[in-house]
Amino acid sequence: MATASPDRSLTGATSRAANAATTRVSTRAMRDRPKMVLFYLAVALFVTFCLAPFVWTFITSLKGPDTIYHRPIEYLPNPINLVNYQKIFALARFTHSLLNSAIVAASATAVSLVIGSFCAYAVARLNFPGKNLLLAFVLAVAMFPGIAIIGPLYQQFRDWNLTNTYWALILPDVTFTLPLCIWTLTAFFRDLPMELEESARVDGCGRMGTFFRIITPLAAPGMFTVAILVFISAWNEYLFARTFMSEESKLTATIVIAQFEGADVASAYPWGQITAASVIVTIPLVILVLIFQRRIISGLTAGAVKG
Amino acid sequence: MTTIPGSVAVSSAKPRVRRSSQARSDARLGWVLALPAVLAILMVAFVPLGRAILNSLFKISLRFENAARPFVGLDNYRTVWTDARWYNALRVTFTVVLVSVAVELVLGMLIALLVNRSFHGRAVVRAAVLVPWALTTVVSAKMWSWIYDAQYGVMNDILTKLHIIEKPLIWLANPNLTLWALIGAEIWKTTSFMALLLLAGLQLIPAELYEAAAIDGTNGWQNFWKITLPLLKPSILVALLFRTIDATRIFDLIKVMTNGGPGQATESINIYTYNTLFTNLNFGLGSALAVSVFLVVLVVSFFYIKVLGAQTQGAR
Repeated sequence: MATASPDRSLTGATSRAANAATTRVSTRAMRDRPKMVLFYLAVALFVTFCLAPFVWTFITSLKGPDTIYHRPIEYLPNPINLVNYQKIFALARFTHSLLNSAIVAASATAVSLVIGSFCAYAVARLNFPGKNLLLAFVLAVAMFPGIAIIGPLYQQFRDWNLTNTYWALILPDVTFTLPLCIWTLTAFFRDLPMELEESARVDGCGRMGTFFRIITPLAAPGMFTVAILVFISAWNEYLFARTFMSEESKLTATIVIAQFEGADVASAYPWGQITAASVIVTIPLVILVLIFQRRIISGLTAGAVKG
Repeated sequence: MTTIPGSVAVSSAKPRVRRSSQARSDARLGWVLALPAVLAILMVAFVPLGRAILNSLFKISLRFENAARPFVGLDNYRTVWTDARWYNALRVTFTVVLVSVAVELVLGMLIALLVNRSFHGRAVVRAAVLVPWALTTVVSAKMWSWIYDAQYGVMNDILTKLHIIEKPLIWLANPNLTLWALIGAEIWKTTSFMALLLLAGLQLIPAELYEAAAIDGTNGWQNFWKITLPLLKPSILVALLFRTIDATRIFDLIKVMTNGGPGQATESINIYTYNTLFTNLNFGLGSALAVSVFLVVLVVSFFYIKVLGAQTQGAR
């Protein structure tokens, strides 16, 4: 821990130093033009690889029923037709599912963050017996295959009348995002200067007072990063939603999209609507990625770089 | 719970109490703070695992709610581990793991080396990398099903135009082809994660090493093998660990794209287990499968952690 301050090293001073160094390397490498052209060609190829499937989905969603199954394939929607979007937004099953996904993901994020930050603070700052055991315990959950517990969890939730309630998804979502939460936040808390806390305590602030007044505001960027990652993982969750939710009004967006085929009897092959629904479900994710790309990357790699 | 506000109040009133009582109250507070997380993990992960182990020793069918549930000992496990279908599922799973992780490692390394420099449009590349990672796996599965569509799929169209294939392929219904189509979709979705982890590792390598190497007149190829690769080893191992465990648990993509078909050509251990539990409602055998999946993931994890442990020990 003495050598690495994992999160900061990516966003802060070290990375600036690395950037300066790479600039030097790259200007030398870029001096000759053909090499530069080749470099940007490779970059373009890679960006295309990442985006093409989604772009094609978007294009498909803008096609009307007459052009979508046209052969040879038309690579641009002509004319642009919004009928697929009109259809899915008229579908209560779909609009409900968006709301359900949002509620579940937001609640899971809030609960996971509160529980996780308490635990992370304890791990980072307090000495208590069994701490290593606790960490091993958390580590074990990160490797847990969800499938190993899905059967008993179903029985348990059914006995507690939790199936078809939001809790049936929030509880497992929280549990399986806790390792991420605890690791990342522990690293953040450890990076905060100890002196601040000590002086707060000399001034008569208790442990919990210090946590809420000093630690939480300082760690806000870290908490925010973790919140984004937890939200994305809960928004994308499929296994638990598929198993614990069966009532039409309680389905999440992932289930509705997965089971779209056959839902609309009139069009046995509703690719226009599936692609439109896919685009809508992806929009919140793309917005998060565009705004918070730096945070997401630092959060994703924090645990890994620490080793 | 009632003791805690009290103890906080005491310590804030008299901050300079004896050291040992401070340590004791810290220990207590530590456990109280960790308790909600521990309870969640116990109730939602470990207790159900215990129940799965228990279930696996019985013959349980949820099809008939009041049917007898006789104790059968290890019979369910005997069935699993002598069943060709289980070994087929293992073969499918590890084909996905080995091929996708290997390809991702090479691709991810190329990408990381490529973008580990400052250039115009870096932010665009960073956002583009994150799109496949952030995308819902179910959505990705639908996208690729549409791309692979035998009649209207863009994959057949492009490959035909490039004269790579002569007539359209039936990507998702040909037993020899479907698994590879799935692996392609998996690689697309997860390469960016690998690239990001490797890039983070690359940025930790001090630039001075390359400057010293430049003075010695080494070329890029030598730098890669002598500097980059050895120093990147810990990052590579961590990335491999994450991705291998994740790929072993592959479920969403297969469930939505093929549900294990055609036949059992893409039936991974998770798909086999899930369908035994929730399609056949065979909770006894299904639980034995679930516990077996758990053991497989455990063995894979242990393997990596042993290798990782040895590596980090060696580095010190």
